[in-house]
Amino acid sequence: MNWQTLVVRVIFAVGLGAEVVCAGEIKIGVAEALTGNAAQYGVPIRKGFELAKGEINGAGGVHGNKIELIIEDEQGKKEEAINVFKKLIFQDKALMLFGPTLSNSAQASDPVAQAAKIVAFGTSNTADGITSIGNYVFRNSVTEADILPVTLKVAAQKTGLKKVAVLYGNDDIFTKSGYDNFTKALQALKIPVTTTETFAKGDVDFKPQLTKIKASNADAIVLSALVAEGGPIMVQARQLGIALPFIGGNGMNSPRVFELAKDNSDNLWVGSPWSMENPAGENKRFISAFHKAHNGPPDQFSAQAYDAMYIVATALKKIKLSGKLEADRATLRDALPATQFSGATGPFKFRQVNDKDGKPAGYDAVQTAIVMLTKGNQYTIHK
Amino acid sequence: MLAQQFANAVSLGGVYALFALGFTLVFGVLNVVNLAHGSIFMLGAYAALKAVTLLGLPLWAALLFAMAVSAAAGWILDRLIFSPLRARRAPHLAPMIATIGLAISINSVIEGSFGAANLRFPADLLPADTLSIGAIQITWLEIRIIVLALFLMAVLLWTLKKTRIGCALRALAESAKAAALLGVNVEGLFRLSAVMASMLGGVAGVLIALYSNAVFPNMGQPMLHKGIAVVILGGMGDIRGALLGGFFLGFAEVFSVAYIGSTMRDAIAFGLLFAILLARPQGLFGQAAQRRA
Repeated sequence: MNWQTLVVRVIFAVGLGAEVVCAGEIKIGVAEALTGNAAQYGVPIRKGFELAKGEINGAGGVHGNKIELIIEDEQGKKEEAINVFKKLIFQDKALMLFGPTLSNSAQASDPVAQAAKIVAFGTSNTADGITSIGNYVFRNSVTEADILPVTLKVAAQKTGLKKVAVLYGNDDIFTKSGYDNFTKALQALKIPVTTTETFAKGDVDFKPQLTKIKASNADAIVLSALVAEGGPIMVQARQLGIALPFIGGNGMNSPRVFELAKDNSDNLWVGSPWSMENPAGENKRFISAFHKAHNGPPDQFSAQAYDAMYIVATALKKIKLSGKLEADRATLRDALPATQFSGATGPFKFRQVNDKDGKPAGYDAVQTAIVMLTKGNQYTIHK
Repeated sequence: MLAQQFANAVSLGGVYALFALGFTLVFGVLNVVNLAHGSIFMLGAYAALKAVTLLGLPLWAALLFAMAVSAAAGWILDRLIFSPLRARRAPHLAPMIATIGLAISINSVIEGSFGAANLRFPADLLPADTLSIGAIQITWLEIRIIVLALFLMAVLLWTLKKTRIGCALRALAESAKAAALLGVNVEGLFRLSAVMASMLGGVAGVLIALYSNAVFPNMGQPMLHKGIAVVILGGMGDIRGALLGGFFLGFAEVFSVAYIGSTMRDAIAFGLLFAILLARPQGLFGQAAQRRA
């Protein structure tokens, strides 16, 4: 059923003044990278949305209305994200949008949603400044700025480290911003840095940097790297006889660490909004439902997408849709900020951020990070 | 720390030299900058990886398989691109641009078939022991890479200097027309050098993938850039130059990290290279554009 029919039905129902159950559809646009390099995130995200949608609709939907997802591939590219957003907003007339997958794309496409006054809800954008775009921009992805200080603090307490060496990729926006956040956190905790070393994408050899770090007598290595370089870095460190703990950013929070640094992956601290090992009831239910629906384990990205769908459903339950698209889009936006939810990633609420001029803008996530330590090729929760 | 950095520099230099050997051979004989060499290097790594993980072959057999696959790629490269362009006497740039196209195609096919994510060889494939000599920690694999780079260079030099094929190859590098008049099978030799160079590239791919624990579609790209620098530094097409250039770049990178700072690594290493080329434009071993190979 499309919007026109829904509108007709609503007008009909209102006109009659009767209690007619309106079994319409709530159209939600999903713009994620389903092909290309970023598909490794976009595909798990889609699976998370689909699982939550199935559960919500199976339980009767929202006020009897079923949620319908219009899923489009934005290929992890800025231009495509803009195109797909426009299609979902103006052609498909979606009530709100999820996505896009990458922060880079969100920088480009979220202003389109802001201008059209429709909610753009990111589940995987962690870069600074995305939600400063405007008050229609939301995300439930916890940023590294929130997670890294917690990781560092817990690791410092447990290992008793006094000084650290820092190693990061300086030609990648994500690892560079991780480095900036680590530096801030180190200053706040007053932990001195013995040496700061860098590497570049595609490097095969990290031993010169690691040798220097070894000679600097640090107690731990703070590492802002993607797993593609981070895995080999751990292997080469162990080959050089460096047994120090690693403290990693979100790039190192991936089970792929255990493939790329197999048997050399112990003693790595990472923080994450979600963990497979988190024994909370909501998380266990999510994991087993995901296994059943998709024949494989979920990851952090599917968990965040799954929770995001429930956050929106919770907000939708609080409001009454009028059938007028523009009004409904605004009503949903107004209902979201106060929405709280406890799901696979734990208790969640929104926090408003300011834009560049200090005026209130969009909404970031408030959520506690789970700190994990690797041992025997798996993560164990340490908090 | 100095001793360890020295060992790091030697093994990194070995890695670069190994890559540059095949690259320089194509240039020396065919007079072509083969920008698909990085992709063939990557192809070798994937071939060996799949031979180990899918076919369950031991490492030595996987290495042979990778050599066969990359040799075949070299044959196709010459048959499909270099040979027709030679026949039409296309200018220098044509084969170079064509190899860019080939490199992109190979990368896309591999990415489409095996995904863009990093893969690695099974951890138990090679003994992980590191050797401790005094303050130096070095793995057996690094020693093998260094030895193999030296050995392959020796074999190549010997082949070029002492065998009939080598003699013909040198004649070819001098002038294809004169060599043909002297009864040298020019086309066959061109193809042979493309095959040999690709085979070297494939072997380098396997060893470097083992060394860095990373196999991914774009792994040849950064190596290609450094390989070009090494080959130019050594003197285009010179075998000894490729080896020396490789070690030079290894030492320049490692010691700029050790004593200046890792953010300045590439600026220092390539700045030095630039300075050397200003003083000696033909490269360390180049003989002012007279003879190659």
